[in-house]
Amino acid sequence: MSAQYYVSPEQLMKDRADFARKGIARGRAVITASCIDGIALIAENPSGSLHKIGEIYDRIAFAAVGKYNEFESLRQAGVRYADTRGYSYSRHDVTGRGLASVYAQSLGAVFTAEAKPFEVELAVLELGATPADDTLFSLNFDGSIAEQPGHIIMGGDTPALREAWNAYWTGKDLAAAGIDEVIRAAALVLPGVGEDPGDAHLLEVAMLERTTSTGSHRHFRRLDTPTIARILGAGK
Amino acid sequence: MTELGPGPSFLEHLNRDRPDLLPGTRAVLPADAGAQVPHGTTIVALSYADGIVMAGDRRATMGNVIASRRIEKVFETDSYSVIGIAGAAGLAIDIAKLFTVELEHYEKIEGTRLSLDGKANRLASMIRSNMPMALQGMSVVPLFAGFDTFSGTGRIFSFDITGGLYEEVEHHSIGSGSPYARGALKKLWQPGLGATAAVHVAVEALYDAADDDSATGGPDTVRGLWPVVYTVDATGAHRVEDAILADMAADIIATRTASGRES
Repeated sequence: MSAQYYVSPEQLMKDRADFARKGIARGRAVITASCIDGIALIAENPSGSLHKIGEIYDRIAFAAVGKYNEFESLRQAGVRYADTRGYSYSRHDVTGRGLASVYAQSLGAVFTAEAKPFEVELAVLELGATPADDTLFSLNFDGSIAEQPGHIIMGGDTPALREAWNAYWTGKDLAAAGIDEVIRAAALVLPGVGEDPGDAHLLEVAMLERTTSTGSHRHFRRLDTPTIARILGAGK
Repeated sequence: MTELGPGPSFLEHLNRDRPDLLPGTRAVLPADAGAQVPHGTTIVALSYADGIVMAGDRRATMGNVIASRRIEKVFETDSYSVIGIAGAAGLAIDIAKLFTVELEHYEKIEGTRLSLDGKANRLASMIRSNMPMALQGMSVVPLFAGFDTFSGTGRIFSFDITGGLYEEVEHHSIGSGSPYARGALKKLWQPGLGATAAVHVAVEALYDAADDDSATGGPDTVRGLWPVVYTVDATGAHRVEDAILADMAADIIATRTASGRES
């Protein structure tokens, strides 16, 4: 018979949290911020096809850092949740709060019950009529959830990024800024990317547009590399 | 072998996890059930220089009764395709709605749009799965059309209740008024039509269908109800505004009144 060693719950949870934190810090960062034109989602991501940012529903977007296979399965589950809800009830009944809360439950359950916690951090963003009405939820690997005012920074060296981001916006109003300025600020803050059009391919950028040009109910729009390059170049 | 997830299909996800949400049932219906639910009637589609036009009248009938004067039977399924439905209206609208979610779901999961052929094949399999209902008088026969971004042309697809998929050229019509609409289209359609001319042809074909088929509604000047018309071209699907349709309907009525003939 194999002996069962006693491990205190505190130690067990701490070990799991340390493990997850290490995995997340290894990856590159994502910045999401709510501004006058909508919600900007900017990720440092040299891959053009393995996205860290995705559309969930009409006014809801998703951003993640950590292990790709883990957050990709969470993103797909989120799309299925939202589409099923919208199909069986109505498009208006799909809310960011509802989605964030099922993510929190599922992350929490995996953290305590499974052999290995998810090595991911998520953001669920819901567009409102004005920047003040936007809701930005951040979700941690252990299922803890928080509503953040204005912006969310995840992954990489988060404290350093947060400091650089706050320094940039000191004396400026993020809620009144245009999308172009937010993208340029993020490019400045993210390590490994500069405010240079040549670095556009290192960025993955999408936005939840407050007003869509086509009048479509889907507000999520991905910006292609030439558009990002133009925005970065216009800052000079 | 490792089992993969439900994949990019919303329909497959519902089949697997929420079969209660699927349209229709496997119930055995009474023999005359088909006459007791509203039926949608005529849809026309035609190609023009830049893409396709699809139009549907606004009537649903239940036997000899007009069930609805303002039903809408043409829907935008995604930014490059539209569907028009004829047959049991409730089921048909559900299938159109499910098909719309299916396309959007695929796009979000995969990050790319389905090809136009892929969309038509998906729809064909949805119609096929409705066959048990179709055999009991609840048939749903759509007309699907869109802009093929690979070939840069507009294309039209028709279906039968067994899920048969047929590509149509130039123009096509489905529903009870379709023989008359098709006759009109044969005379009115010309290669290389402009968008406005093509919309005019679609509205006039529906007018002819309504003239001879009691289940097809003509332009309703009393209530201000006009056909639902969409154009789809390289810039996407656009619904034609009521004001334009009202003018076209008025023009057709005026021309026919002035001619003072039986046709």
